[in-house]
Amino acid sequence: MMLDNLLAPLRKLGHSTINAVWKLGVMSRFLLAIIAHSGQSLLRFQLTIREVYFAGVLSLIIIVVSGLFVGMVLGLQGYNTLSRFGSADALGALVALSLLRELGPVLAALLFASRSGSAMTAEIGLMKATEQLEAMSVMAVDPIARVVAPRFWAGVISMPILAALFNVMGIFGGYLVGVVMIGLDEGTFWSQMQNNVDLHFDVINGLIKSLFFGIAVTLIAVFEGFDATPTAAGVSSATTRTVVTSALVILALDFVLTAFMF
Amino acid sequence: MQNDSFIEFNRVSFGYGDRLILQDISLKIGRGQLVAIMGGSGSGKTTLLRLIAGQIRAQQGQVLVDGRDVGRMNQRELYQHRRRMGMLFQFGALFTDLPVFDNVAFPIREHTSLSPEMVRDLVLMKLHAVGLRGTEALMPAELSGGMSRRVALARAIALDPQIMLYDEPFTGLDPISLATIALLIKKLSDALGTSAVMVTHDVHKSLEIVDYVYFIAGGKIAAAGTPDEVRASDSPWVHQFVHGEADGPVHFAYPAQQSLAGSFGLEGA
Repeated sequence: MMLDNLLAPLRKLGHSTINAVWKLGVMSRFLLAIIAHSGQSLLRFQLTIREVYFAGVLSLIIIVVSGLFVGMVLGLQGYNTLSRFGSADALGALVALSLLRELGPVLAALLFASRSGSAMTAEIGLMKATEQLEAMSVMAVDPIARVVAPRFWAGVISMPILAALFNVMGIFGGYLVGVVMIGLDEGTFWSQMQNNVDLHFDVINGLIKSLFFGIAVTLIAVFEGFDATPTAAGVSSATTRTVVTSALVILALDFVLTAFMF
Repeated sequence: MQNDSFIEFNRVSFGYGDRLILQDISLKIGRGQLVAIMGGSGSGKTTLLRLIAGQIRAQQGQVLVDGRDVGRMNQRELYQHRRRMGMLFQFGALFTDLPVFDNVAFPIREHTSLSPEMVRDLVLMKLHAVGLRGTEALMPAELSGGMSRRVALARAIALDPQIMLYDEPFTGLDPISLATIALLIKKLSDALGTSAVMVTHDVHKSLEIVDYVYFIAGGKIAAAGTPDEVRASDSPWVHQFVHGEADGPVHFAYPAQQSLAGSFGLEGA
């Protein structure tokens, strides 16, 4: 009895480790299934376009507004720090590099996960709970091909575009604060940026990051929805899991990708 | 009962883990027949439908549809099999993000390459058949329970199926909607000549419209017969079910392991 009590935490740890590995395996197989059933989402591209509208276009407001504010904050903080070292001229480069390499992809992905990822999980989970997925399968229509794959590709397509827009708005925000508000020289602001930002090293790498984030977040979102326990409580906890897991995966993946890229 | 059977269960058993849901079930459903499967909640009625649709496979025995074993079909064959089948779900299972028109058009668009005009005509015909022409633009959330069940019925018959499966079609409906659905099921079965299986526990309405009834209890077929035979049956089990008596061969109380006195800690007091 005593030994049992001592071993319980160890057993719990082992159990959750095995569970996590198990889930990772199931998720990988789910990804393969999505890719294998992607024919329809590519041939009937309007199915995917429709989801791009829900996942991408409807996220525009939050991405644009957040990007603008993040850029403005970067402008303020960057100016404060840089002017201490007498290099306030480098503000343009600082804002652009921070956004393109890190903040743009990561923050856009976090926002995308909480706005569109959670919506995807909730929608697919509710479709499951109300037997809609089963009805589809009984009508000889594969739910992975018809429901999951178009959403997955929509997420993968939308994410880099949203991250790019986030960057553009952020740089504009930095410009507003640095040039319009504080009064730095406009020519220096842009030329510093032009000189220090490399297309391949900074811009493309940032886009590759957001592509990875797009795949990860959307896969988590559609998987959690498809895997949700078909009850109200089940769908709600699946939605929470999507946001939490996505956030952790984005940050961990960001570290790995940064280590490889820069 | 009939020689020309379309759906046939051949000593079928199915269970989850150790819990057997269906045991050694054998039954036949003839071409063009409307058959009801009745039994209490949790008696395995819906499992029977899922076996016919191939959503689950029998652990023992065969489920034959038109001579082919559903349990041995691969994914492609299964989907071909399902194209000849329509299913009405307990609560309709309409796609909530699509209006009525697109819901009914869904199977037509997915499985045929008909022109939009043809699709439109077909959808309107199906909606007319269930008496809901004019509701095309409504969303499922705007429909009453009975109406959404009828839209789901229109969707299920969109491709003129040879087999119809009805999962508790009468649950949660007011008496008028219930009578409407029953009338539609009967009319559609006669008009389309489909073989239909209806899982239900609504005894009286079902006996009015079906050709044959199977009663399931404890995973086995407890009784079977035509509606007239069922009404005249002297089996105490059928009597209890048909007349809705609380106690009888099926007991009111759950078979608790402990005595009542034991539960309250009074034993030996």
